[in-house]
Amino acid sequence: MASKDRQPFDNPVIEWVDSRLPVFTLMNKEYGVFPTPKNFNYFWNFGAIAMIILVIMILSGIFLAMNYTAHVDHAFDSVERIMRDVNFGWLIRYIHMNGASFFFIAVYIHIFRGMYYGSYKQPRELLWMLGVVILLLMMATAFMGYVLPWGQMSYWGATVITNLFSALPIVGEPIVTWLWGGFSVDNPTLNRFFALHYLMPFVIFAVVFLHVWALHVTGSNNPLGIDVKSDKDTLPFHPYYTMKDTFGTIVFFLFFAFFVFFMPNAMGHPDNYIPADPLVTPAHIVPEWYFLAFYAILRAITFDIVIPFTDVILVEAKLGGVIAMFGAIALLFILPFLDRHPVRSARFRPWYRVALLVLWADLFFLTYLGGQPAEGIYVFMAQIGVIYYYSFFLVIIPALNKYEKALPLPNSIHEAVLAKKEGK
Amino acid sequence: MEKVKFSLTLALVLASFIGLGFAGTALAAGESHIKLPEQEWHFDGVFGTYDKATLQRGLQVYREVCAACHSMKRVHYRNLMDLGYSEEQVKSIAGEYMVEDGPNDEGEMFSRAATPADPFVSPYPNEKAARYANNGAYPPDLSLITKARKDGPNYVYALLTGYTEPPHGEEGMEGQYYNKYFAGHWISMAPPLMDGQIMRSNGDAASLDQAAYDVVNFLQWAAEPELNDRKRMGWHVLLFLIVFAGVMYKVKKKIWRDVH
Repeated sequence: MASKDRQPFDNPVIEWVDSRLPVFTLMNKEYGVFPTPKNFNYFWNFGAIAMIILVIMILSGIFLAMNYTAHVDHAFDSVERIMRDVNFGWLIRYIHMNGASFFFIAVYIHIFRGMYYGSYKQPRELLWMLGVVILLLMMATAFMGYVLPWGQMSYWGATVITNLFSALPIVGEPIVTWLWGGFSVDNPTLNRFFALHYLMPFVIFAVVFLHVWALHVTGSNNPLGIDVKSDKDTLPFHPYYTMKDTFGTIVFFLFFAFFVFFMPNAMGHPDNYIPADPLVTPAHIVPEWYFLAFYAILRAITFDIVIPFTDVILVEAKLGGVIAMFGAIALLFILPFLDRHPVRSARFRPWYRVALLVLWADLFFLTYLGGQPAEGIYVFMAQIGVIYYYSFFLVIIPALNKYEKALPLPNSIHEAVLAKKEGK
Repeated sequence: MEKVKFSLTLALVLASFIGLGFAGTALAAGESHIKLPEQEWHFDGVFGTYDKATLQRGLQVYREVCAACHSMKRVHYRNLMDLGYSEEQVKSIAGEYMVEDGPNDEGEMFSRAATPADPFVSPYPNEKAARYANNGAYPPDLSLITKARKDGPNYVYALLTGYTEPPHGEEGMEGQYYNKYFAGHWISMAPPLMDGQIMRSNGDAASLDQAAYDVVNFLQWAAEPELNDRKRMGWHVLLFLIVFAGVMYKVKKKIWRDVH
C-alpha cells in the first residue's frame, strides 16, 4: 500500500483519488495482477462462491429484517406476511432460507478442498484457523436465524441447543438462564437472537477479510501442493481467475436457483410451518441438515465416564456429548499442528487420501444418523462414526506423519502443466 | 479424458452435498411410517401450475365443509381474485360473512359485513371456544396445512379419504374416529366428506375422491399462493443462467487458450 511505488493512472479522476487513497492500486495489486498458481481446478471456485453467497445473505437478510417483527406473538405472522403480502417477499425469503443451505454446501466443499490438497499446512496455518472461526460463526448465525420464524422447530431446536450449556458443571444452569434471559426460551430469547443474527454476519465479514488478507500474504495453494517457484508458475488473477470464478459461480447458482424456485422447502422441516407451541413437543426434534453430523456426535455419547471400580462420575453423558461435539470442531482448528507431514497434496499421499475420503464418507454417514431417532442400532452406528472421526485426527494423522512415504513430487507447477499437456 | 474425469468428480461432489441436504432433511422429517398413496397434482413438478376451475371447486368444498370448524386466517378475501373471480364476485363472497369491528365512536364493538380487505372469518372467536365446540380438540388453522405436513397434499388427501372401520377389537375414545393415515389412527375429526355431499355448480354431485382432490388443490393454493409466479420466474432465471454460463464458458476458454 506504499504510495511511493504507485503507478499513475491515466484517468484523471481515478488518479486524483488514488494519489490520496490508493484503493485502485490496492485492487489492482490484490485482484488484478495478483500472481495465482496456473493449475487450479474447479474446487478453487468455492471460496469466491462462499463470499458471494455471504453478500447475498446479508442483502436479502436486511430486506427481510425491514419486514420482520421479533416478538413471540408476531414473528410467525410477520414471516407469513412477507411470504404473502410483501412485494417479492417470497422470493427474498426463499433466497435467504435456501441461501443458508447453499452457503454451507459451498463452505463444506471449500473445507474439503483445503483438507484434500493440504491448504492448511505451513505457511497457511493461520489462514486455515481463521476459516474454522468463520465456520463456527456461521453455525451460530444459522442456528439463531432458524429460530427467528418462531415455528415449532425454531422453538424446540432453540430449547435443545441452548440446554446443551446446562451440561457444564456448576455454572451450567445459570449460563442457560442468562442466555435465555428468563427461565425458558421466550420473548427475550427471540429478541436477542434477532439482534445477534443481524450482528454476526458483519463479524463473519470481518473475519473473511482477515482470511483473504492472510491468503494474499502467503498466496494460494494449488492441486500439486508445491510452492510457486517462478513467474512461469502463475497467472495474473484478472482475467484468468475472475472469469473462471464467474463461470463456476453461475453453474453453482443454477443449482441454487433450482431449489429457490422449484423446491424451496425441500431442505426445511415441515414442522416449522406450525407456529411455536411450548406445550406441544414435536415427535423428533432435528436441526437443519448441515448440523446433523454434529448432532449425531452429540447424541452418540450415551454413557457416563466414571472412575473405574467406583461410582464416581467424572463426566456425565450429556457433558460428554457436548465435549465430543465441540471437540470435533476443535480438532479441525488444530489440524495444521496435528499433521506434520511435509507433503501437502493428497495426490502424493496415497494413505492420507484414502483416510480422508473415508472421513468424508463418515461425515455423510453421521449426517444420516443425525436425522434418525437416537435409539437402538443408530446410537451404536453413530458411536462407530465418532470413533473414526476422532481416530482420523488423533491416531491416523500422527501415524502417517511417521510412516507415510509420499510419491515423487513434480519439480514445478509449470513443468507439471506442460507434462500434462503433452501427455494428451 | 483427465478433464472429463475431473468434471465428473466435481459434479459428483456437488450433487452429493446437495443430495445430503435434501435427503438429510427428508429422512429427518420422516416421522410417520405410513405409506401415503401418491396423487397426480396439477401443481406438481417444474411445469405444474394451479388450475383455476379446480381451485374454485375447492373453495366451495372449503366454504361448505371445512370452514364450519377450521379457520384460514392468513388468506384474505381479496386473494380470491387469484382464483379467477372478479372484484364484484369477491365482494359478494366476502359480504356473506360478518366480522366484529370497533370500537366505534361510542366505544361499542359492532358487527359488519366482511370486505375483500378482511382475512377469512374464523368459525370460532378463540381457541377455547373451538375446543369447547369440538370435544376438546382444536381444529388447526388451514392456511399452511399442506406446507406444515410432510408430503402435505398427499397427506391431506389420504386423511380425507382414509376413514375406515377400526381393526377388530380396537376402540377409540368417545368422539374419535379411525383413520388409516393419521398418526396413532384415532382422530377427533369426524369424516368430513362423503360421496355426493358436494353439489357442483353444473349440477353434478362430487364423489368423495373428487371433493378431496378439489379441496386439497385449494389448500395448496392457500399455503403457496405464489407458486405460479415462482415457477414462471424460475424458468426465466434458469434460462438466463444457462445462457450466461454458456457465454462465460466460451469467454473462459478463449482467455485460457494460450496458457501452458
